[in-house]
Amino acid sequence: MELIKVDQLTKTFGDLVAVDHVSFSIEQGEIFGFLGPNGAGKTTTLSILSTLLKPTSGQAFVNGYDVENQQSQVRRSIGVVFQDPTLDEELTARENMDIHGRLYGMKHRKARIDELLKLVELENRKNQLVKQFSGGMKRRLEIARGLLHDPQILFLDEPTLGLDPQTRNHLWDYIRDLNQKKGVTIILTTHYMDEAEKLSDRVAIIDHGQIIALDTPMALKEQVGGSRIRIESKENQKILQRLQGIKWLNNLTNYNGFTDITLQNAEKKIAGVIREINDLPIDSVSLKIPSLEDVFLHYTGKTIREQEASAKDRIRQHRKASRR
Amino acid sequence: MRGLSAIYTIWYRNVLKYFRMKSRIIGSLGMPFFFLVIIGFGLNSTIQVPGMEVDYVEFIAPGIIAMSILFSSMFSGVQLVIDKQIGFLKETLVAPVSRLHLMIGQALGGATTALMQGILVLIISLFIGVNLPSLSGILIALVFMFLIGLSFTSVGIAFASRMEDTHGFQLIVNFILFPVFFLSGALFPLDRIPDWLSFLTYIDPLTYGVEGIRYGLLGATQITPVLSFSALGGFLVAMLLLGSFLFNKIKI
Ligand SMILES: Nc1ncnc2c1ncn2[C@@H]1O[C@H](COP(=O)(O)OP(=O)(O)OP(=O)(O)O)[C@@H](O)[C@H]1O
Ligand SMILES: [Mg+2]
Repeated sequence: MELIKVDQLTKTFGDLVAVDHVSFSIEQGEIFGFLGPNGAGKTTTLSILSTLLKPTSGQAFVNGYDVENQQSQVRRSIGVVFQDPTLDEELTARENMDIHGRLYGMKHRKARIDELLKLVELENRKNQLVKQFSGGMKRRLEIARGLLHDPQILFLDEPTLGLDPQTRNHLWDYIRDLNQKKGVTIILTTHYMDEAEKLSDRVAIIDHGQIIALDTPMALKEQVGGSRIRIESKENQKILQRLQGIKWLNNLTNYNGFTDITLQNAEKKIAGVIREINDLPIDSVSLKIPSLEDVFLHYTGKTIREQEASAKDRIRQHRKASRR
Repeated sequence: MRGLSAIYTIWYRNVLKYFRMKSRIIGSLGMPFFFLVIIGFGLNSTIQVPGMEVDYVEFIAPGIIAMSILFSSMFSGVQLVIDKQIGFLKETLVAPVSRLHLMIGQALGGATTALMQGILVLIISLFIGVNLPSLSGILIALVFMFLIGLSFTSVGIAFASRMEDTHGFQLIVNFILFPVFFLSGALFPLDRIPDWLSFLTYIDPLTYGVEGIRYGLLGATQITPVLSFSALGGFLVAMLLLGSFLFNKIKI
């Protein structure tokens, strides 16, 4: 079942087209990732889906409801964890949760609040003021709060931005668990390749407000050529002949003393390949597994980091210009 | 029902935060206290209030109560500016409740805390010379105190809706507070002043609040209570509409 349907969605701020005729749909039970550099339009898209911004043109439906005309139903279907913090730090964790529960008209809040604080491992801090929490704890509290009213759909805008690797891994486990055990459909945005790849069933790569590719991480990587094993040897002709005799290897090239094998799941098959040519002299073996970074590069001609650097340059230039 | 529970939630948060900030409660009693003691007693023997059988300190006590409510209610709008900055506003805007209910909750919350400030000043004034009024007198005073609180909280929300930084908000509010207070007849009787000044006092909505409280506490007034109530009520409705209109236009 389609839980989210977006059709030719566009949002402009003055001259700037932040979201540019975007269309996609998301199935129930999916983890759907938006991957893109700073300013790509990820947050703007989520803001429209969560009814906080009105689209300039195009349509979006969440849980079957129109985001423009059925705001209340849309809001009841979703939980939102914003990119920037939205906690009241002068209140305790429990009070933040309690206010959220009241706003969503929840009658029996107490048990559910305890359950969720336990899920994010904050139950022994529940009566502490949020300003005393670490960044990771605040993030976990926000996720727990977003889940309090049992939404079918959870929006996570840069859920692990600025967190240490250990906390990130922890959060990834929560997110996967939520999806698998509770069946929550999750839409997340990130500009971390690994996050998009590890969590998402499907990834939409977004740049300058447009979706430039959308598929499973695996399929996206295959579109730019699969993984590759490269063997360096003085006897590379012999290696080539030997490998040509193997049925499950069919994409072979030989040049400059290198033999390249392009195949799927190279990391799993590399041992088998080596076993076949064990008796021949081998100088080096290397393995290249494409990443979503390569996919981004393929479609935009830039890496995400270059893209972000140039965005920063633009901001700097803009600042200089406006200072004059 | 949903609307009521949303209003209650926002109100509850404001009151909860008020009680948590003890130092601010005490701190904001400072100015009214000094006004009462220094101006009140300082001028008590010099000034006779014509046409009223009350001491000067008794005369200004309702004005000082109104002042503390005015300041506290206008400044309570800063919470909305802070909520924009800390992002908490987004959390409430994305909840399945209408903006009108959020605004009313915020206004009632600010009005309630302002009323509590006013009650504290009222209690202080009983200790320094105001005779204990009748129960009905106190109730009348409380009604006017609440009306002042709710209308000026709405004014604060109206400004806060348009502002992004707390400094700017405080500057603007200060700019408005002082003329509103000094023109209100809190410190001087309304007759025997020049016509131009009299005109300004009669268009100052706080004048009707001060006179209403004065009627409740002292039984003496220069404007009939019905007129005071109607004028202040009209101002309240207008400010609630303005506040809701501007709150509704907040962009995140
Ligand atoms: N309220 C606004 N007014 C004007 N421009 C805006 C506004 N919000 C966003 N933009 C612009 O729209 C573009 C998309 O912004 P958006 O926040 O959606 O990017 P993003 O993909 O979430 O980036 P990031 O990874 O940095 O969070 C940017 O160029 C941004 O400057
Ligand atoms: Mg963003």
